Amino acid sequence: MAGSEWTDPRPMSPHLQIWKWHWTMAASIFQRVTGFGNYLGALLVSVWVISLAAGPDAYGFVEGIMLSPIGQVLLFFWLTSLLFHFANGIRHMIWDGPKAGFNPKAASGWSIFNFAFAIVAAATIWSLATNLF
Amino acid sequence: MSTHYKTPTAAARGLGSAKSGTGHHIRQRVSAIALVFLVPWFLYAVISATRAGFEGATEFIAQPWNAILMVLVLGAAFYHMRLGMQVIVEDYISKAGMKQGLLILNTFICVGLFAATVLSVLKIWISAGV
Repeated sequence: MAGSEWTDPRPMSPHLQIWKWHWTMAASIFQRVTGFGNYLGALLVSVWVISLAAGPDAYGFVEGIMLSPIGQVLLFFWLTSLLFHFANGIRHMIWDGPKAGFNPKAASGWSIFNFAFAIVAAATIWSLATNLF
Repeated sequence: MSTHYKTPTAAARGLGSAKSGTGHHIRQRVSAIALVFLVPWFLYAVISATRAGFEGATEFIAQPWNAILMVLVLGAAFYHMRLGMQVIVEDYISKAGMKQGLLILNTFICVGLFAATVLSVLKIWISAGV
C-alpha cells in the first residue's frame, strides 16, 4: 500500500506483481476478486429484500433501478462473478477434501473450465430468465 | 502442552502464527458447503420472485419453504462474506488503525444486513398470513 508502513512483522501474503500470469494463479486471484464483487452484489440484493418489506413504493423505486441499463449490467456482472466463485469454490473444496486435480495439467484445465463455465452459465441463465418467464 | 522452541522475547513480541487460522478455514468451508446447495436455489428464487412486480415478489417470499430457504441463504452468505472480507482486509491493509476499523466495519455490515434482511423476510411471511 502506497504511503503507509507495514507494521506487522509476520510474513505478507504475496502480491500480484510477484506471480507470473498463468491459468491457476488467475483463477486464484479471480476467486478473491469475485468474492469481493459478490460482497458488493449482496448489498444490492439486500436493498431489494428490504425494499420488498418496506412496501410497493420503495420496491417500485428499487425495481426501476434494477431494470435500468446500468442495473441490468451490474446484475449480469454479479451473476457471472457469483458463478465463477461458485465453480472455483467447489474446486477449492475438492482440493482440500479428496485432494484431486492437483497435477499441473488438470489444475490449468480446470481453471480454464471455471472461467468458461462462469461466462456460458451466466449467459444461459440470463437468456432463460428473460425469454422463458 | 506444546513444546516451546521460541524464546520468551519472541513470544512476547507476538511473532509467529496467530493460532486461530484453522477454525477460520473450517468455518469458511462449512459455510461454502451450505452455499453450494443454497446458491442455485437462490438464483432460481430471484428469477421467480422478480417476474411479477411487488405482488409477485411478496407472494413468492411469503411461501413458507421460500421464506425458510431465504433466511438460510442469507445466514450462510453473510457469514461466508464476513470471513472472506476479513482475509482481504488482513492481507492488504497495512496500517493498524485502518485495519481494525475495516474489520469492525465488515462485521457491522454483515451482521446489520443479516438482521435487516431476515426481519424483512419474516415481515413479508407473517404479513401474508400463509
